[in-house]
Amino acid sequence: MKVGVLALQGAVQEHLKMIEKCGHQPIPVKTIAHLNQVKRLIIPGGESTTISKLLVKYHLNEKIAELYNRYGLPIFGTCAGMILLAKQIEGQKQDILGLIDITVRRNAFGRQINSFEAELEINGITPPLFRGIFIRAPYISKAGKEVRILASFRENIVLAQQKNILVSSFHPELGDDLRIHRFFIEKIN
Amino acid sequence: MIEKSTDKTKRGLAQMLKGGVIMDVVNAEQAKIAEDAGAVAVMALERVPADIRAAGGVARMADPKKIKEIMKAVTIPVMAKARIGHFVEAQILEALEVDYIDESEVLTPADEKYHINKSNFKVPFVCGARNLGEALRRIAEGADMIRTKGEAGTGNIIEAVKHMRCVNEEIRALKGLGKEELIVKAKEYGAPFELIQETAALGRLPVVNFAAGGIATPADAALMMQLGCDGVFVGSGIFKSDNPEQRAKSIVEATTHYNDPKVLASVSEGLGEAMKGIAIDEIPESEKMQVRGW
Repeated sequence: MKVGVLALQGAVQEHLKMIEKCGHQPIPVKTIAHLNQVKRLIIPGGESTTISKLLVKYHLNEKIAELYNRYGLPIFGTCAGMILLAKQIEGQKQDILGLIDITVRRNAFGRQINSFEAELEINGITPPLFRGIFIRAPYISKAGKEVRILASFRENIVLAQQKNILVSSFHPELGDDLRIHRFFIEKIN
Repeated sequence: MIEKSTDKTKRGLAQMLKGGVIMDVVNAEQAKIAEDAGAVAVMALERVPADIRAAGGVARMADPKKIKEIMKAVTIPVMAKARIGHFVEAQILEALEVDYIDESEVLTPADEKYHINKSNFKVPFVCGARNLGEALRRIAEGADMIRTKGEAGTGNIIEAVKHMRCVNEEIRALKGLGKEELIVKAKEYGAPFELIQETAALGRLPVVNFAAGGIATPADAALMMQLGCDGVFVGSGIFKSDNPEQRAKSIVEATTHYNDPKVLASVSEGLGEAMKGIAIDEIPESEKMQVRGW
């Protein structure tokens, strides 16, 4: 299956490698033409402000929303990707994608000096525990009724799903554990 | 159980910056302009390199007050520079909780023999390099990100190209070598064997590698990206130009769409004057910043 990774900025290669290891065909997505080829899309970690400006400039946000609303394109957002997919962002306006009914807090665990790794229990995926890598990470401070909470860290939601949208605060693409990528590619539909 | 400041979180932040532009800023207002233009991070400093070059004298870490103002003004990561070997400036920057420390040749070195032992710090470091040996020595000291040095404050891309090509050529030359040959390479480059071996296996540096020193136009940024760097630093190139807002945006777009000449043509249009720039052979050897560090 062709799985796209939004390749405007951020940890693109890391996701492409994970997709390949899962036995699927990774496609870097920079244009609408690329978007039309893919059956699933990952929005990677990076700087959400940078990615959002580039999404808008090249009208990719409208196309992604259309593919989701009309065809249910499954989308997985990690870190910055989660911020772009959230309906609300604390303290700022969200006018990019807003496809999942959550409120996120940016840099919720603090600056880089507070970035961390922690073992997580994930609904339907663990045991064994999953090692989450959190880098200036956001978390979900509020989730709508339709949202399934898959993992929390110290009572903050860090992995969630609503219909075909999956979002994580942490970076599964920085480790070797393929379980979350497999879950996204094989289970979400 | 949680673990902070691991290799994965320190190198990982640099991975999140890939494909992006890190811009030098000297105050909160410039930081805001950089963020609005789409910078992935800003480098807080007292003066941009072109002004450091013009001012002469000793260039030091920026005033903590200024760094704090910049940190308050933006939500993107904030980096700041410490002098080569000045581990107390680095301790101060860590206490301020900047997101990355640049042990930088743009400032006047504080130690003629040793770089900072960067492994001692919780905050990650980026360091400059002109070749593979220099890059791997910095990584051995604990750098989590490398930038090729170029020649800062010149607006002249030639040295950045030279250093990127040099690193690339030296990595290519490791391909297919046996262990005994890699040991000799380690000696030749003055770098730890394990890092030489890892680089040979990966076919690239084991950490993210940005280009720096002389990038002044969208085309310069795309050139460095096509040569294989992971992203770019732009120092004087933005705020020493006619129209910083527009130039900054255009360099961001050029870094993303570096392989699309049509986009590059469109974003290069009507930017006004770039920074004036300096020919490299006009700079006396003793005033070159790239030769600082070893």
